[in-house]
Amino acid sequence: MSEQNSNASPAEPAVRISELTRRFGDLTAVDRVSLSIATGEIFGLIGPNGAGKSTLIRMLTTLLSPTSGTATIAGHDIVNEPAEVRRHIGYVPQLLSADGSLTGYENMLLSARLYGVPRAERKQRIERALARMGLAEAAHHLAGHYSGGMIRRLEIAQSLLHRPEVLILDEPTVGLDPAARDTVWERVLELRSRFHRTMIVTSHLMNEVDQFCDRIALIDRGRIVAVGTPAELKARVGPGATLDDVFIRLVAAREEEQEGGYGEVRRARRAIRDHG
Amino acid sequence: MAKSGGPAGPSAIMVERTFRSRIADYVTQTWAVAAAEVQKLYHDPLELFTRAVQPVLWLMLFGEVMARVRGVAPGNLPYLDYLAAGILAQSALFVAIFYGISAIWEHDLGVLQRYLASPAPRSALVLGKAISAGVRALSQALIVYILALLLGVAINLNPLNIAGVAAAIVLGSGLFSTLSLIIACVVKTRERFMGIGQVLTMPIFFASNAIYPLSLMPPWLNVVSHVNPLTYEVDALRALMLTRGVSDYGLMLDFGVMAAATAVLVAVAAKMYGRMGY
Repeated sequence: MSEQNSNASPAEPAVRISELTRRFGDLTAVDRVSLSIATGEIFGLIGPNGAGKSTLIRMLTTLLSPTSGTATIAGHDIVNEPAEVRRHIGYVPQLLSADGSLTGYENMLLSARLYGVPRAERKQRIERALARMGLAEAAHHLAGHYSGGMIRRLEIAQSLLHRPEVLILDEPTVGLDPAARDTVWERVLELRSRFHRTMIVTSHLMNEVDQFCDRIALIDRGRIVAVGTPAELKARVGPGATLDDVFIRLVAAREEEQEGGYGEVRRARRAIRDHG
Repeated sequence: MAKSGGPAGPSAIMVERTFRSRIADYVTQTWAVAAAEVQKLYHDPLELFTRAVQPVLWLMLFGEVMARVRGVAPGNLPYLDYLAAGILAQSALFVAIFYGISAIWEHDLGVLQRYLASPAPRSALVLGKAISAGVRALSQALIVYILALLLGVAINLNPLNIAGVAAAIVLGSGLFSTLSLIIACVVKTRERFMGIGQVLTMPIFFASNAIYPLSLMPPWLNVVSHVNPLTYEVDALRALMLTRGVSDYGLMLDFGVMAAATAVLVAVAAKMYGRMGY
């Protein structure tokens, strides 16, 4: 398991999603999504709240099984080989996933054990990873006392200990101040340049997606509305357009058509909370 | 891990080895969850002492009064001795039955997603949680032991007996904490969980031999108590903890019932826990 990427040939995309669909009763949260993400790519998923980004990610991380369709990650099928998929991906959930009542080091140790990092390498790998994320000094403090940016960096470090081929980050910069946000992105870019990791990132911040992602998929109502490099998407809207313009142009139309009021908002927020 | 296993196909030795390393992984993953719990207790031991209040009250108030009633405890066993084993089981039960709430906490944060997105088998995670509850209960047991000694209960301090008590407590706590985890998976919110937890502890505790023998019960309650796993935990504890304690059902049956019930519950919980990430 120490050799990376044993199964996928170089030409094989790191992630291949085909016709992936998930329904919750009448609601089709993800509707026949197909995508191909190359090894080493930083791929952004954007879209309004409740568009289906988190549902898509939950299926890719095997926490939720698809209604139909499938996806292959690092050569493993999410439906037939969920355990192998989990072995080859790192996942940083949107919610707080580091345990505040454990120290940074203990959080790392928990992940190392769950992911089968060999005992002889644990200490060294943990210390190196913490140092790389700028957490060496805080290693033995409770994570509950960390700042938002430190927690995010700890969570990223936790999801990298087993050297996953694909790292999935769900809103990694949400709730962070600009300085902390930049630090998180710096680490993400460094991971790509040094280790050629593939990354899937969701975000609400168009400027950071524009700046850091190689390609983007815009998702609305469970479907992919547009895919391409930031430059390509902007060119579609017109000269001088920003990604905000792209977002507004492609998504805004339906916001007006379904003006809902409190009941609608409540339903939508609950849907987001329950199955994003 | 090569899928091909070399040109000649997987040799017996390799199969044996992967099987062994899988077991080793499973043990490590189970321990990962339990070790995290031990570390949490180490960081915040106050909880252990606040939880110790309840057994103290039971033994010192209820026990001292009931000790004046003759004929409750069978044979020539003093009632306080009889009760001490029951309270030991009770304090472990109360810790275990509310243990599922931590799973709801972890779900509402994102810690659960971290567990579930790892390659650890769900049953290893559930078993790790069960052992964690056992570790917590052991710290309670220590307090009950000290208190019982102070109150003059004739406690058997033979290391083998103490080891047996520890085993019964870990197994019993694993059993009830896994039941609690299943309830948490069903109700999903803390408020509903608290309600159900309260409703459950009373019948489990009173429909058992924890504070009085089953022979005093009306027939229907006697039957209910006989299918209550707590009865078997208390029976084992009474036999192992006290110098004059005897088992009504035999330690084999006691441990057999607890182990079988735990195995079934862990299997059920493993199924449900995996779906909690939705």
